[in-house]
Amino acid sequence: MNDITTEEARIAPTPEREGDTARMNMIQAVNSAMDVMMARDDNVVVMGEDVGYFGGVFRATAGLQNKYGKQRVFDTPITECGIIGVAVGMGAYGLRPVPEIQFADYIYPALDQLVSEAARLRYRSAGEFTAPITVRSPFGGGIFGGQTHSQSPESIFAHVSGLKTVIPSTPYDAKGLLISAIEDNDPVLFFEPKRIYNGPFDGHWDGPSKNWSKHPGGEVPTGYYRIPLGKANTVREGQDVTILAYGTMVHVCQNVVKETGVDAEIVDLRSIVPVDIEAIEESVKKTGRCMIVHEATRTMGFGAELSALVQERCFYHLEAPVTRVTGFDTPYPHSLEWAYFPGPVRIGEALKNIMKDA
Amino acid sequence: MASEQRANLKPLSLHVPEPKFRPGDEVDFSDIEVPAADAAKRPDVGAHPDTFHELSYGLVRVLDENDRAVGQWNPRLDADVLRRMLRNMAMTRAFDERMFRAQRQGKTSFYMKSTGEEAVAVGAAMALASDDMCFPSYRQQGILITRNYPMIEMMNQIYSNKGDKLQGKQLPIMYSSKEDGFFSISGNLATQYPQAVGWAMASAAKGDTRIAATWCGEGSTAEGDFHSACTFASVYRAPVILNVVNNQWAISSFSGFAGAEATTFAARAIGYGIAGLRVDGNDALAVYAATLWAAERARTNQGPTLIEHFTYRAEGHSTSDDPTGYRSAQEYSNWPLGDPVTRLKNHLIALGEWDEERQEAMDKECADLVRKTQKDAEKNGILGHGLHQPLDTLFEGVYEEMPWHLREQQQQMMAEEEASGRPWARK
Repeated sequence: MNDITTEEARIAPTPEREGDTARMNMIQAVNSAMDVMMARDDNVVVMGEDVGYFGGVFRATAGLQNKYGKQRVFDTPITECGIIGVAVGMGAYGLRPVPEIQFADYIYPALDQLVSEAARLRYRSAGEFTAPITVRSPFGGGIFGGQTHSQSPESIFAHVSGLKTVIPSTPYDAKGLLISAIEDNDPVLFFEPKRIYNGPFDGHWDGPSKNWSKHPGGEVPTGYYRIPLGKANTVREGQDVTILAYGTMVHVCQNVVKETGVDAEIVDLRSIVPVDIEAIEESVKKTGRCMIVHEATRTMGFGAELSALVQERCFYHLEAPVTRVTGFDTPYPHSLEWAYFPGPVRIGEALKNIMKDA
Repeated sequence: MASEQRANLKPLSLHVPEPKFRPGDEVDFSDIEVPAADAAKRPDVGAHPDTFHELSYGLVRVLDENDRAVGQWNPRLDADVLRRMLRNMAMTRAFDERMFRAQRQGKTSFYMKSTGEEAVAVGAAMALASDDMCFPSYRQQGILITRNYPMIEMMNQIYSNKGDKLQGKQLPIMYSSKEDGFFSISGNLATQYPQAVGWAMASAAKGDTRIAATWCGEGSTAEGDFHSACTFASVYRAPVILNVVNNQWAISSFSGFAGAEATTFAARAIGYGIAGLRVDGNDALAVYAATLWAAERARTNQGPTLIEHFTYRAEGHSTSDDPTGYRSAQEYSNWPLGDPVTRLKNHLIALGEWDEERQEAMDKECADLVRKTQKDAEKNGILGHGLHQPLDTLFEGVYEEMPWHLREQQQQMMAEEEASGRPWARK
């Protein structure tokens, strides 16, 4: 029997090339994070539909089975409830599973295992059993995925005590955050904005597509590094309005701000639970205005929580009502995708509106 | 509403299952087929599941009408082991009696008895290795008693008192003991099924030698988790024993609402290509033998076994349930497979290894021990009488490290309690 209790025995030496960096897109960065963690920790296992031999429908697990073997990287039956339930059991054994849910839209059959089991295990067993699992799942729209390949269900999970929810916006962040998520001893939902897998997106769907090769976030250390969960990143400093965003919308907002010339401060939340309240408070108190942008549906979206937090903490610093720019409260449409998507027009209007009395 | 287009066809009708007996009905179980105790063959542990489908429809039994152990499944246990088995079952029953009464006396919020089903948990726990991992449902307290888990810990948990290792965070009887290979019980049904399979897969992937076992009720086999677990168990040949405790009733829904009118629960195994056994759940020796067989199978890398334990829930679903409202009281007294404790006792008597006096003395010893332990447990408090856990522990264990929003809510609660001057505010 392998001794899984001796920490030293299962942590392999840090890879030599730790100092090096390479250009990566977000898929490669996610792949690299799993690679690094699988090399460091024998207990990290990767599982999900099509993740094994084929390497995943988005190729995020490409090469991992070949490198680490079928006992650690394997395909699963098509049952999300089973995938997460099995991951919880493996976690109870002492493994550190990284299950993939092929699209976030498919995660609902696993809700009971996530909400009632993974999220509650530590509490209900007073710490005897934990669920150190990281559920990776591509999410968000902008790829003509229709209503079953485009959703952003992050606020459902943010509502559940015991879960952490993380959403990266660059390859660099994706790798550092995913490593932190895998090392975290609590269950983490890791939503990967698939619209920006291959490059940042400025919101103009009919414009030329970009890749990560020129973006600073595409320069990624090849070895091990962490970005702590719960720490936001201010991607643009500004004086007049704070924009709170995450994932794809960080890039869309950056572009809109450039196009409109508004001196906005853009805070990329990176994780929504825990959320970096200090960064939010500091920025909004400085600018006096707050706009929240997310792709998910509006009602009870995470923007509602952010809006309440800002109102409770920054009310006397506010010079305009807190504004939400979001997807509409409809299913994600197929042909009218770009009418649904909170793109430059909707964000630009909202920016103009929030700045009108300035 | 109804389509007018096919007037030549008889209208469809919907079948809604109905149990055979309702309150006040005379109960006649003559349609339940009880094969002879030596009827079931015992396949080789390595046999292919396809070669013994009949075992999913028959009934593995060992104890016959003359209280003798017969047939290929007879585990040939010596008298000391049989007496230990009997004591574990008697102790479970005595524990249930006392804790049920404690709930009725207002000492806790909730309790669930396992009366009539003691053999299912005790027989299995005695056949498993002590470090095999159990993912139980809520009626397998017999596992903890068999594994000599301190009874006072069970009671502390039931009372959510200051001795409760789960810090009052979990509903009574939802025990957890990692040290004893007993996974934290969930109130959500069948969720433990895929978890047990996952644990077993991990054990196999790590080259361990331990196996997993899990239990759910027949009603819960309708859950998706059950079927996901069977699929995973089959696909990866996981070293796991999947137990279905068919006690006929899921609260007020009879087993027909889980599919029992159509086939047996053991037969679910056939579709998944895994080994299936249907066992007389009131026969502790049959449960023991079936579990031992399945455990050997699992431990020699020959995959999972699904065991249906055919038994009867003698009492209400829980202290919140009143079975007189939906089923005939005669069902238990007429149950064709008898009472598990009585049957094992009679077997030992038939062997000349036991007698009524010793049984009486043992029952008294069990009752005394339970009563004495209860007194000790109550020194740690009972539910609703006093504050047994410090208030601020309410926020502990949600995450490994407390995030700012929980810290803030914790501080708010403490300040409010302090300001209110209510008894809660004391440290």
